[in-house]
Amino acid sequence: MGAVPLQGLSMSAVPLLEVRDLHVAYGQVEAVRGVSLVLEKGQIVSVIGPNGAGKTTLLAAVMGLLPARGGLAFDGTDLGPLDVEARVERGMTLVPEQRELFGELSVRDNLLLGAYARRLRGATLKTRLDAVCARFPRLAERATQRADTLSGGERQMLALGRALMSQPRLLLLDEPSLGLAPLIVRDILTIVRGLRDEGVSILLVEQNARAALDSSDHGYVLETGEIAFAGASHELARDPRVQATYLGGGSDGA
Amino acid sequence: MRATAPRVAVAVGVAAFALAPLFLGSFTVSLLNDIGIAALVALGLVLLTGVGGATSFGQAAFVGIGAYATAWLTTAHGLSPWLGLLFALLLSGASALVIGAVTLRLGGHFLPLSTIAWGLSIAIVFGNLESLGRHSGIPNVPALSLGPWSLADPRAVYYVIWIATGAACWFARNLLDSRPGRAMRSLRGGSTLLASVGADAVRVRLVLFVVAALLAGLAGWLYAHKNRFVSPSPFDVRASIEYLLMAVAGGLGQLGGAVVGAAVVLLLKNELQDLLPLLSQRAAQIEAVAFAVLFIGLLHFARAGVMGYAVRWWRARRARAPSAAGAASAASDGVVADAPPLPRRALPARGTRLLEVEGATRRFGGLVAVNDVSFAVDAGEIVGLIGPNGAGKSTMFNLLTCTLPLTAGRVRFLGDDITGRRQRDVARRGLARTFQHVKLRPQMSLLDNVALGTYARTGAGVLRAGLRLDRAEERRVRAEAWRQLERIGLAARAHEAAGSLPLGTQRTLEIARALAADPVLLVLDEPAAGLRRLEKEALGELLKRLRDEGVTILIVEHDMDFVMKLVDRLVVMNFGQKLVEGSPAQVRSDARVQDAYLGAAA
Amino acid sequence: MTWDIAAILAMDGLANGAVYLLAGLGLVLVFSVTRVVFVPFGDVAAFSALSLAAFEAGRTPPTIGLVATLAVLAVIVEVASLVRRGEARRIARAAALWGALPLVPCALAWLAARPGVPAPLHVASAVLLVVPIAPLLARVVFQPIADASVLVLLIVALALHFLLSGLGLLFFGPEGSRTAPLASGTLELGGGYTVSGQVLLMVLSALVLSALFFLVFERTIAGKALRATAVNRVGARLVGIRPARTALLAYGSASLLGGLIGVLIAPVTTMYYDSGFIIGLKAFVAAIIGGLVSYPGTAIGALAVGLVESFASFWSGAMKDAIVFSLLIPVLLLRSYAWPPAEAAEEEIDT
Repeated sequence: MGAVPLQGLSMSAVPLLEVRDLHVAYGQVEAVRGVSLVLEKGQIVSVIGPNGAGKTTLLAAVMGLLPARGGLAFDGTDLGPLDVEARVERGMTLVPEQRELFGELSVRDNLLLGAYARRLRGATLKTRLDAVCARFPRLAERATQRADTLSGGERQMLALGRALMSQPRLLLLDEPSLGLAPLIVRDILTIVRGLRDEGVSILLVEQNARAALDSSDHGYVLETGEIAFAGASHELARDPRVQATYLGGGSDGA
Repeated sequence: MRATAPRVAVAVGVAAFALAPLFLGSFTVSLLNDIGIAALVALGLVLLTGVGGATSFGQAAFVGIGAYATAWLTTAHGLSPWLGLLFALLLSGASALVIGAVTLRLGGHFLPLSTIAWGLSIAIVFGNLESLGRHSGIPNVPALSLGPWSLADPRAVYYVIWIATGAACWFARNLLDSRPGRAMRSLRGGSTLLASVGADAVRVRLVLFVVAALLAGLAGWLYAHKNRFVSPSPFDVRASIEYLLMAVAGGLGQLGGAVVGAAVVLLLKNELQDLLPLLSQRAAQIEAVAFAVLFIGLLHFARAGVMGYAVRWWRARRARAPSAAGAASAASDGVVADAPPLPRRALPARGTRLLEVEGATRRFGGLVAVNDVSFAVDAGEIVGLIGPNGAGKSTMFNLLTCTLPLTAGRVRFLGDDITGRRQRDVARRGLARTFQHVKLRPQMSLLDNVALGTYARTGAGVLRAGLRLDRAEERRVRAEAWRQLERIGLAARAHEAAGSLPLGTQRTLEIARALAADPVLLVLDEPAAGLRRLEKEALGELLKRLRDEGVTILIVEHDMDFVMKLVDRLVVMNFGQKLVEGSPAQVRSDARVQDAYLGAAA
Repeated sequence: MTWDIAAILAMDGLANGAVYLLAGLGLVLVFSVTRVVFVPFGDVAAFSALSLAAFEAGRTPPTIGLVATLAVLAVIVEVASLVRRGEARRIARAAALWGALPLVPCALAWLAARPGVPAPLHVASAVLLVVPIAPLLARVVFQPIADASVLVLLIVALALHFLLSGLGLLFFGPEGSRTAPLASGTLELGGGYTVSGQVLLMVLSALVLSALFFLVFERTIAGKALRATAVNRVGARLVGIRPARTALLAYGSASLLGGLIGVLIAPVTTMYYDSGFIIGLKAFVAAIIGGLVSYPGTAIGALAVGLVESFASFWSGAMKDAIVFSLLIPVLLLRSYAWPPAEAAEEEIDT
């Protein structure tokens, strides 16, 4: 469609998502300063870091909700000129920190609208809906209830289910564990790992470092808007610098 | 040192105004009279909408009240027009008080919609009351007279009108540069900002509304005795929109915009009335359309108005040629360093219990954001309230500053139970706070922003301020603000606009504002958020210095690095409950805290 | 006041309420999706009524000229914005959408102005003719300033009303007109009460249209997408719903409702070029009773406004409007106490 593919950092096939030297201003502050990361197809990549590090801003910019300077490429296509809706149509979805559900609409309607960009109708739409409900049986039980009557964990599932209705290639998850009890967090991350096996690539932003590193292949640690250090998740999980980042006395990331 | 150029310009302007009627034709003088009257109403709108952020689509109704009041009094009862002035002001002020008390609480779009409602209703009443002449109005309104001299001639009325308008502008200018003026200029910052310095936003807005109505009432009085005839049609919604157009076209951000806007719109109307008949037979009908198109175009492309662009151009010119004035000195612009200080509070002795939170609980529907949390803050320490995202820190903060009511539990401040009190009451008792998202007035100078903090310590009202009788108190206020700026090292930039500061400096400025309130306890909401490392270090130094000077600080933070090096004691929250309390070293090594921050493995 | 008179007034109130209900629905629809208080709504209704009157008088409605001019303006604005964004290849499609499409009802109306055309076609034509007005106005006037504050949008909407009513005066002249009734005859209700066919039609139309409204919202994807945008704009974008597109749908629906209202009241009231304002404002009072967000609330509000107006007019014909508007104050007060508004950040003036 006339877009110029960026040079990938990896040697093999074009990465699904490539972020190069991204700068994002949030109000007066530069919340993201020169962040670069790569996500290959079929990977789960986590971005962890303390509160205020710029993780949510990063995801919002990748999705197009915030203007950004720098390189953003999705499967080789430059995302710069594309607005949010166009990125959704190409197969990216975001489950935001605030979930952004349609509170007054039913659970079922929320899910149906998740497929809006795919322009499905009739039987195909129904099949898709059934598949998602099979994954989240609690949603199926509450299909006709208003979305704002759901509990925290159910809302998270609805947000995730809505995102899955469009069968995205890349799923951006913003703090899925926020405000949820540990057991529910475990359930959700199990589902997330299962999605990877079905071919969905996932960029997971989390404050809960341990859970995130447990569920991902590769990890980036974000501190005051910059990538402090990165590596394979199982190695990061044992890295003492991670604890220092969260509890102070930490790495010189500034 | 004040430049003399503006003073000379003002003197020349005044002279020109004074001599104009002697040289201009009757028609022009009449037009100038109309401009002067309209400028009064537009001035009210610049204050109400431009400064106060509340829009009224009903100002013409107040003009009508003023006009009909004096017309009725002078025709039906034969009293002097000067008594009519008192009556007009009384009626317009009283109706504004009633309408404002009832509707000004409404926020967002409901307020302007309500102004349309009562504006229309009042206009309908004018056209339907027998005693007011229904649609024919009241004729034969007597002209003004001063003793034996009649002021019926347009040239004579000219002076009355422009003296009134000039006086109103002077009053407005004084008002904005005073204690109530600072509060009014802060209305746009939100009612929480005003509450944090001890002011009642609803009351401030109501006063502003009444002032605007009085200006409109005065304009109505002038209208009645200039035209000597009053009918309902000039007081309908269309007229109100026209006044709004004047204020917008002139520039809502500047007082001068009122006069400029009135002149621009009325002159334009005049020109159109001359021009359109040449273009079309249906000139009168096209006029309304032309005006509407112009207004819409203005709102699309030039929302700042004439004065807005003039100011921008002026500032750009000044920025290119930095003046020799350089750093502001204490003696400049009336800041007198040796003015007697404002009365200070007696600070409690070190170790006195300042704040006591007992079993605080806050529920939002089914969600328990804060669950039975208890802790205390004693005089002379820095206490940190920390916890991971979603722990309930912000809610706790709002509970102890009385921004949010408690569902259960108690909060005691200086021994008094403040549970259920309003934020402004707590602020007045000596609890000063800052905001997570900085609430400064970007258009106001650093000095003015800090001076706002002294609101609860001072008492000048609108009348004193407008008549410039508050200068003694103002000097003390400015000296105090200056002192606080010196304390945080920003005195050199006292007259710069606060919006030009980087975020870190803005945070520090907010602390200075809080200190200007002479607080017993300073409560800071995530002051380090978004700051770079150097800015954080400077902030940390400042807070330690303040603690050494005897200021007690409670700081809510999530930046662990920052907080660990700063505080004497930490209270850790998680999932709405208090997890642990202790020294930084104790807290950091506590396994429960580590779990809370790093998260449980999934 | 006897029961007879009360019954008549109640009937009147019901009929008026039906009109305010439809208008209120349109206003709430537009506001919830776009934050615009669409004051010119009443003018759209007035234009539809006046167009119908023009048809009946055997003249070509001047509304055609208005719609055509707006279409031209919209094409210009759209092309300019496409060129600025570097998407010049879309110009042909834009011209077709914004230029050709609105001209279809214009052509229809021009044909319908010919002699010998049956009355129902006149009615349909008058309604269809005003449908493009709101979307075109939205494209030209509101979309370029979509990020402005609610206040600026309100001021613009008010200015737009004066523009439209000024144009109305220009095109239609100052005389009022009344059209032939759409439904004749009366209905016996027993007990000696009769209700005119016209009133019945108005109430029935309101009920049917409201039902259709709800069906569309509940059953169709487009309707759900519209509700979603109104409820959560960010969420809507995240599933690929473009707010500008749903806004146009909202405006178009509002126009359609306005057109229907116009032809419904034209036989009952003498319509002037500026009659729309008062109707729109009273519909507003109804919408505000519903908080500008709730449709059932708007329905209750519409009924209340209709009845208050009817009984107030019995007490004092001239002051009835003042009484209806004064109703707004206690309603707003109640609302602000029962549902305290969230503290919104004010905007700084641009200086």
